[in-house]
Order: sequence, then structure tokens, then C-alpha cells
Amino acid sequence: MPSSSADQVRINDFVIKFANVNGTGSASANSLIMKAIFRMGIPVTGKNYFPSNIQGLPTWYEIRVTKDGYAARASHVDIMVAMNAETYSRDIREVKSGGYLIYDSTWPRSALLQRGDITVIPVPLAKMVNENFDGVRNRILLKNIAYSGVLAALLDVDLKIIDSLLHESYGKKPKLLESNSKALKLGYEYVKTNLDSPLPLRVEHLDKTAGHIMMDGNTAAGLGCVFAGATVGAWYPITPSTSLMDAFKGFCDRYRVDAQTGERNFAIIQAEDELAAVGMAIGAAWNGARAFTPTSGPGISLMNEFVGLAYYAEVPCVIFDVQRVGPSTGMPTRTQQADIMLCAYASHGDTKHVLLFPANPEECFYMAVQAFDLAERLQTPVFVLSDLDIGMNDWMCPDFKWDDAYRPDRGKVLSKEEVDKLEKFYRYLDRDDDGIPYRTIPGVSSKGAYFTRGSGHNQWGVYTEDAAEYQVVLDRLRRKFTTASRYVPKPVALGKGNAKVGILSVGSCDGAVREALDTLNHQKIEVDYLRVKAFPFTIEVEAFLKAHETVFVVEQNRDAQLKSLLILETQVEKSKLVSILSYSGLPMTAQPIVDEIRAKLAEAPRLTAVTR
Amino acid sequence: MSYINKPKVAHPSLPVNDLGMTRRQYEGAMSTLCAGCGHDSVTAAMVEACWGLSLKPEQLVKLSGIGCSSKTTAYFVSGSHGFNSVHGRMPSIASGAIAANRALAYVGVSGDGDSLSIGVGQLTHAIRRNINMLYIIENNGVYGLTKGQFSASADIGTKAKKGEVNSSPPIDPVLLALTLGATFIARSFSGDKEQLVPLIQAGMRHNGFALIDVLSPCVTFNDHEGSTKSYTFTREHYSPVTEADFVPHAEAIKVNYAEGEALPVSLHDGSRVMLRKLDPDYDPTDRSAAYGYIEAKLKQNEYVTGLIHIDESDASEFHKLNKTAKTPLNAIPFEKLSPGKAALDKLMNRYR
Repeated sequence: MPSSSADQVRINDFVIKFANVNGTGSASANSLIMKAIFRMGIPVTGKNYFPSNIQGLPTWYEIRVTKDGYAARASHVDIMVAMNAETYSRDIREVKSGGYLIYDSTWPRSALLQRGDITVIPVPLAKMVNENFDGVRNRILLKNIAYSGVLAALLDVDLKIIDSLLHESYGKKPKLLESNSKALKLGYEYVKTNLDSPLPLRVEHLDKTAGHIMMDGNTAAGLGCVFAGATVGAWYPITPSTSLMDAFKGFCDRYRVDAQTGERNFAIIQAEDELAAVGMAIGAAWNGARAFTPTSGPGISLMNEFVGLAYYAEVPCVIFDVQRVGPSTGMPTRTQQADIMLCAYASHGDTKHVLLFPANPEECFYMAVQAFDLAERLQTPVFVLSDLDIGMNDWMCPDFKWDDAYRPDRGKVLSKEEVDKLEKFYRYLDRDDDGIPYRTIPGVSSKGAYFTRGSGHNQWGVYTEDAAEYQVVLDRLRRKFTTASRYVPKPVALGKGNAKVGILSVGSCDGAVREALDTLNHQKIEVDYLRVKAFPFTIEVEAFLKAHETVFVVEQNRDAQLKSLLILETQVEKSKLVSILSYSGLPMTAQPIVDEIRAKLAEAPRLTAVTR
Repeated sequence: MSYINKPKVAHPSLPVNDLGMTRRQYEGAMSTLCAGCGHDSVTAAMVEACWGLSLKPEQLVKLSGIGCSSKTTAYFVSGSHGFNSVHGRMPSIASGAIAANRALAYVGVSGDGDSLSIGVGQLTHAIRRNINMLYIIENNGVYGLTKGQFSASADIGTKAKKGEVNSSPPIDPVLLALTLGATFIARSFSGDKEQLVPLIQAGMRHNGFALIDVLSPCVTFNDHEGSTKSYTFTREHYSPVTEADFVPHAEAIKVNYAEGEALPVSLHDGSRVMLRKLDPDYDPTDRSAAYGYIEAKLKQNEYVTGLIHIDESDASEFHKLNKTAKTPLNAIPFEKLSPGKAALDKLMNRYR
């Protein structure tokens, strides 16, 4: 085997990228390797770069083996598993100097092997598989398992763990178990017989994944909806939110079906479009159920009219926006945070909405529950702004916890007895001076009946075109939004709090920012960090902006939408805010954050000092 | 609109229903529609129908979209919750509300613009979903609030108030519903309360989507000569094919029907519709025959009215297909909905 920098041993800290053809079943092989490493106690992240396509287009999967537990994408590739001839030339270019490339040498590609600074590892995968298995489809699938065997040998992955993973997947299908085990061994044995192994880049057992799971954010959010007691879900299929409803359905089938009668304690409606989907969620929530709709940017655009109705008529509703790359159809299978402004002010007229920003699947679970509590407490739509990276990629998270003492906050809902005690029920009266009125649920009391409308209404709940009466309600809605800032989750702060420079960020940037902070700290650069978890912004956000001379606002869109929202909705001086933006559609990495902050501090060295 | 609000005090001699309530107690806010509007007659028929059914007001939910027709849900049964939503989107609000609580009665009131133009997508999917509601289209062929534009139900050759002649073919909600598989389809006329009230009652008791297309003339923008949706034209061209009597649950059938003339149809709650066929060849349980009959009559400028099609098998009703719990979803205790700590702890092991 040719050697370059092969003598540099690096344990549990490298990136493997798989270049595959979409629709060839590579996903299960890639997750087999990732899960095996995770079970060895080593933190991993998995990022899927897939096309908007069913079969045939190129697709990549990236596994970052990270002993330090970084959640972000790495900006380099150490080992490329180049299984797609079509993308081979670009895949080989991507490998970091000193890295490795594994390819299927059944058909020689000598003309393309033009890098002396990496180690190219030929394995005749197709040949091995064709000699041992029948059937075109079968061979394609098993070739993936064969390269998993190659990797297992090269990286020193624990075979017993892979074996138990295969048993878990195919335990009930002995033929599949046999063929998969055989394919794995073919790859493994080929390396053991023909190549030096393991590589200097390899894994060793560690103890950093106990008490953790690997889960994607859509699964976590769907699970959160079940635990929150949501009973009505309405949706229209759209990437990358579809798997949220799939998860909700899966968990409902598991937890919400009466074993005796088969009756379901839930209703899932696949609507004709997103307009109808959000209408259904609003109708169900108005009628006293916890209801939600998952979608992505184009769906939010369609939902705008109804969102305004729910805001003005004060109907709770939970909307998950798993953000993808826009505008328009954009790149539906790539990630972005470009719906912040769209959601913050969705609909016509004066509207403002409560937004929650999960940073990882764990927060998707807890924020799903919080979203229902907030929506019902505040009687308004609540948006949970996840993104494709969080929603569809597997993240390592601490085990989710549940407190059986939790009861949903249904907000100010009057019972029949409470209505009976009133002289008269008025829907939009601010009795508690917090901007939140009382509501009644249909079917409970005729005395508590009221007429819900999007047309002008006064605080007594009656139609109006009177200027003063209209303004009373609109001003109360503004007060209610101020109240919301006391209920929404507070931001997460990191750092000593005395640096002159701060980073303010949101959602899935978190991993990249934390990694950048580590790097900066190693370089003795003090930076404080605040991650906002909600809009309206809480007092902590205002205080952070005030306490720092320069605040880098890190986000994943072109137009600095979070920064714009900060300028509009806080007292911050515009000139304090410096944007660090990533909008390629790929999850953000730490390096640009480090580079931009260092460049800025080089211009103004006094900022590197601390304030106190 | 009328400017005289009736006093809320009811005369002690007014007749009461099984709940001891008078018709006045089923009224709503004062109508703001034009005097003589067909929609106000439909509102009156709703009051009569709900009173006659002895419906508890809190058991009724009123839903509408936007337009003159959609305003009317404020004008009947003020003791019921109402939801005046957005233009053409009432069916989705209804779908969600019905999913949340299957135990209430749902009535949607819409118009030809709300249902056949901006809302035709939601209407068709509500029919397909077969949600359990009565959906009334107050059909007058024009947009009222925006002052007299043709709607999608305007007939070819009908003349607008300002003289424009419509050349686009109409969408007929009855034919549309027949092709989509609606299980209760009727047509009536706002000026024929005797026909309309039992249809509303039967539609409310039908388990599934019940559509009543009510020809309901617009006195301001579409009641002139040359209009095919005027009072005069409708009276001259409407043609009842069935007469329906609604017989509430547990009530014996009092009227004597001649053998072969009456067709009793049992509704799922035990009440019945006694249909008398005015055309002996007409069979309201035969969907395709009904389609052919209506279409042929339309070509002769005849609007067939009455209960046009009924299918009480209720095989495709939304909750039946969904296997929804009998207890309304909004009333299931949280403990039964949330799996709890032990289940979560166990589930975590599947993700390692």
C-alpha cells in the first residue's frame, strides 16, 4: 500500500464521506458504519447531502468521527468512499492532503487517479459481489455492505457491534441476515488479506456516548407532539418536513391505538395543500384539540392568509417550519435559515408571531411541547423553526427526559361552570391586564358561545368598523406580544460574559459556533456567546447586545435576517452588529466563523481585551 | 338591511320544542343583508330546522367563509359557536374542527363564489374526505359584496345588471357533488321553506357530507329580467323531483303514504326521511341515473330540486375510515394521550 502521511496516527477524529448514487440503498450501509462507531462510545455526526430525486442522481453521506463531540459539519474529508463513477473526479479533489480514497477497482479508473498526496485504496467490490451473489438489485445493495466491511477493517470498527446491528435489522429475515453478513465479511477479509490495516486514522473504544441517542429532529419533534398530547395533525407532503408527520404517525400507531378496539386517539389528515393543512390545524385547535401542521418555506408562503386570521382571531396553532433553501423551489434537499423574517411577520396587516428556534433534535422534542403550551397560553400561532440539517440528519443527543408531573398549559379556557358565574362572556376582553383574553371551546356552553371572525371586532367580540374600538383590540394584541416575551424560552449563554466581543446566533449554527469558540479560546481570544431560542426577544438578548461592543451575528441566510430582526425589535445600535453568513445550502462549519472574527479583531485589536 | 330589531322578550304563548325553547331562542344577530335577500330566508329555514330538531344550541357549530352568504352564520342560533373564516377555506376549518370533536353538529354556510371559485378545491376535498357536516351553498350566481360580478355558477346567456352576458359554462355544485361521491345531495330554493326545512334537518342528521345547493336570489345585483338566478326565473324553472318529510327519531310516521309512492330512508341516528317521488322513474339512490336526469333537465333550463341523491351506507365517513375514538379527541384525558416517562425511557434504547 502506498504511503503518504500514513504514519500519522489519528484516533477517533476524522471525516469519512461516501459518494453514492441515489436509490442504490447506500443509506443503510452508511448508517451501519456510523451506528457501529457510536456504539463504540465515540461521538459522531452524520450529514446527508441528497438530491431532489428518487433514483440516479449523485448523493453523499458524511460521517464525522469526533472525540470532542462537535456537532457541526467538518470542512474537510479524510476518507472518501468513492462509489459513484460520475462524481469521481470531484470526489477525489475533495480529499484532504494525506487522506484516503477507496474506490471500486472492478473497472480501472487509472486515468483519473492523479493525486500523489493521498492514498488510493482499490477494492474490486463489484467483482467480489458479482461472484458471490445473484440478482441485479441484490448485488447493488450488497455492494454497499461490502464497502462497510472494507471500512470496518480499515478503521478497526468492532465487528461484534456490526454483527449485532445486522441482527437487529435482519433478525427476523434470516436470508437477508445471511447475505448481509457474508457481504460484510467479503469486504473485511479482502482488506485483511490484501492491504495493510488498520489505517493510521482509526477508531478506538471510548466512553462518550453512554446516555445518548442518535436521532433526527423531525423524529424528535413528532415524538414531542405525541408527548404534548397533540391529537390532530394536518399536513401536505413537502421536503424536508415530511418525516415529521411520518414520525408522529409512527408514534401514534405505537402509543395511541386502543389494543382492544383498534380505536385511535388521533387524527392525521393529509390535506389537499398547505392552505388547507393550516386551516385544519386552526379549526381543530379552535375546537379544543392540540393541533399542528409541519411544513417548509413554500408551505409557509401559502399559509400566510390563515396565519393572519389565527393571529387576529386569537386561535392557537403550532406550525413547524423545517427550513430548506429558497427562494421558490430553490434547493429542497439543502438546509438554510431563511424563513426567519417570513415567519416573524407572516400575513398581511400588523402581525407578529412567536417563534421557537431549536438547535438540535433534543430541543425539537422539548420545544414541540413548549410550542403547544405557548400557543394555548397566548392564543396565537407559534412557529417552530427547525431546518433540514436538524430535521433530517441524525444527531447525537442526550437521552430525552420526561416528567410525569407535566400537565399541558391549556391557557385561559373557561369551563361551563366558570362561564355560568359570569354576568356575560366577552371573548376579547383583557380581564387580567396581560393582553390575553379568555376563550371558550365549542360544545361547552351556549352562554359562552361567541362568533369567531377575521373581520374587525371589538373587545366585546362584536363586529366593528369603529376606529377606536378596532384600535383597542390591536393595541391589546401588541401588549400580548410583550407578555409573550416573558413566557418564551430564554437564550443560552456561554462564556464569562466579560468579553468585548460577542457572538449571537440561532438554531443549527450552534455546533459550528461552539467549535469556533473552542478554537478561539485555544488562541486566547475571549468571545461570549448567546444563542437565542425564541422571538419575541427576551430581556437577556437586549442585555447581551448592550454589554458587548461588537456582536457577530451568525446565521444561515444571505440577507442577515436574524440581524434585521434584532435591529427592528431591540434597541441595539445597527453598527454594533457584524454578520457572519452561510447560505450555500450545506450546514455551517466552524472555520469561517473563526476566520471572520480573527480578521475583524486584527483590524481592531482593542476588542480582544475583556471589559471587566 | 332591516333596521327594526325585534325585542328579545318572547310571548308566553309561543310554541316550544322538546327542550322547552321557542323559535326566537334559535335566532341570531340581526341580518345586515339587503331587504328581500334570499339568504335571509335560508337563515329563517335554519332557525326552523334547528328548533324542530330540538337541538341544544351549544351542540351546533356554525362555519363559513367570506361573502354575503358567509355572514349569515351570525344570524341564526346565537347560542352556538360560529367561525367566519377566510374566503373559500371554510371546509378546512370544518375538517379540523370535526376531527377534534365528532360529537357536535356542524353546519357550513357558503356561497357560489366562496364554494365554486376560490374555494372549489377545498369543497371538493371536503366531499372526498366525507366529513360529517351539512354544507349549504346559497347560490345566486353573482358576487354581492364586490357589486355584481358573475360567479362560477352563472349560466351561459344570463345577463348581468349592467347588461353583460355570461358566456362561460357554469359549475353546477350538484353535478360536481355527484361525480365526487357525496352521500347526500339536495337542491332547493330559498323561497320554498316547506321543501328546504326538512332537507336541512335530514342533512344535519346524515352521517357524512351533506350538500344542499339553495338557489337564493340576490335582490340587488341579480334579480332583473334576463337573469337566470332571479326570483321569477327560479320560480318558473324549478322542478321538484322528490318531496321529503323529515321524521325525527322515535316519532311514528303519521302521514299515510300510498304503497310504492313513498321511499323511507333511515338515517344513522334512527330518524328517517320519507321521500315521495314526484317523477315515478326517479331513483335518488342511483348516483349515475341521478346525474343523467339532472343534466338532461338542466339542458331544458329546469333546475331539479329536492333530495337528489342519498347513500346512507356511511362506509366512507371520515371518522369511520380513521377509526377515531368514540370519545371526542378534545375530551380524551392527557394521561391517555401522553405515553409518559417509562415509555420514553424504553423508547430511547431504540435509538442507540
